[in-house]
Amino acid sequence: MTAPALEARNVSHSYGARKALDDVSFSVARGAFCVLLGLNGAGKSTLFSLVTRLFALRRGSLAVMGCDLQREPRKALAQLGVVFQSRTLDLDLTVAQNFYYHAALHGIGKAQANARTQDLLAAVQLADRAGDKVRNLSGGQMRRVEIARALLHRPRLLVLDEPTVGLDIGARADILKLVRGLIASEGMSVLWATHLTDEVFETDDVIVLHKGFVRANGSVRSLLEQTGATDIKDAFVRLIGEGAP
Amino acid sequence: MTLAAYAICLKGIVWREGLRFLHQRERFVSALVRPLVWLFIFAAGFRQVLGISIIPPYETYILYEVYITPGLLAMIQLFNGMQSSLSMVYDREMGNMRVLLLSPFPRWFLLFGKLIAGTLVSVLQCYAYLLIAWLWDIEPPPLGYLTVLPAFLLVGLMLGALGMLLSSLIKQLENFAGVMNFVIFPMFFASSALYPLWRVKEGSPWVYFICQINPFTHAVELIRFALYNQFNPLAFAVVFGCTLVFMLGALVAYDPSRGLMALRGAPGAAA
Repeated sequence: MTAPALEARNVSHSYGARKALDDVSFSVARGAFCVLLGLNGAGKSTLFSLVTRLFALRRGSLAVMGCDLQREPRKALAQLGVVFQSRTLDLDLTVAQNFYYHAALHGIGKAQANARTQDLLAAVQLADRAGDKVRNLSGGQMRRVEIARALLHRPRLLVLDEPTVGLDIGARADILKLVRGLIASEGMSVLWATHLTDEVFETDDVIVLHKGFVRANGSVRSLLEQTGATDIKDAFVRLIGEGAP
Repeated sequence: MTLAAYAICLKGIVWREGLRFLHQRERFVSALVRPLVWLFIFAAGFRQVLGISIIPPYETYILYEVYITPGLLAMIQLFNGMQSSLSMVYDREMGNMRVLLLSPFPRWFLLFGKLIAGTLVSVLQCYAYLLIAWLWDIEPPPLGYLTVLPAFLLVGLMLGALGMLLSSLIKQLENFAGVMNFVIFPMFFASSALYPLWRVKEGSPWVYFICQINPFTHAVELIRFALYNQFNPLAFAVVFGCTLVFMLGALVAYDPSRGLMALRGAPGAAA
């Protein structure tokens, strides 16, 4: 049996006495676009920090493409592309220099990195900005650069933590369309964290996270059936409103 | 990962640090101005006050500015190590540190790469200082410029590793002033950088004791001896040992499962 792109089993995490995640289990199927839906403070960023190994996993297990993050961290990280909620680009470097640095950190040589950089920047419609310093780009353009950079080392799973935060409606729609398009062309799996229900498509899988608990996990259709709601927004409100801890 | 991939990664880390250094020209200038102020002004004022007797590695009486040159070289490396620490805290706050720590290479290798990069920058600064000092008639033996290189590398690694360890303790950039007051100044002044230890002993046996156990004293002496084509085994042993201890400390501190980062969260991560 093929392992899922991401599998979380009984994951818990606390900040002192405050529990941020409580016995969280879910899986993201290979090739799926999975939306991690939750309000601010639901535990999404904590989950991302655990998946990216920035936080130590103390309870439960996480596996990327079948590679356990504790036992095979390097193999797991090599298959992971990440876009964090806050910017992680070096503002003083050019777009191409940021790509080169990222490539080096993944052991990719300059020639290969240059070719891949050109392709990816063309895909995010920023081919003409390769030589510009990142600080001269707009917020939406920086986001597109970060998404393209996350794909540089050809990861099998792309995780994005609220990538549309701080962007206007037009830029948000562009980013969403861009990622969905890239996923189709690159053939990877996606975990997209957001608190905005209008970013969920009918074909997506959804994990509803609320106050550190997984409230629901499945396709949009199954969530609608489970809650008796007419749309995903209504379903989300019902899930986090009813019996929430 | 192949050996070539490791080399690419190391080259990338060094390249980025070098680029950052080039972008911050004022950092290079200020790194030189600080010791040069000591050399041109402080030493000029104190040369009549502080007499230096013949002590190894010197074979004759020397001018005060000749005596403090190794101390000022170590000072350059001390400030550079702390500057690296500052830039790691900045990287953590800006999120760049996550890019580094997400690399599939072992974390010890990534941190070692950062250390190498910072050390090379400090070595460049030291040679720039030596050039200016030469114009000021401070002329160590020609071969000394070569024999001091390994000492620069080792001292740079030790102070860089100390800076890295400290960066894991500093939560915010604003707290960095504490490093100046509690690390840089005590380390520098309680050492043999500005005055020979026999002088200190005459003044206060306690301060003398503190100077003796201060790793920075041994860093200064390692450079001093190497600059005059001599090897100081005690200084080497202390600096080498401290380098290992500080590096191990930094590794543990940046280990997500064991270190200080684990205790209070990840670098720059949102809660």
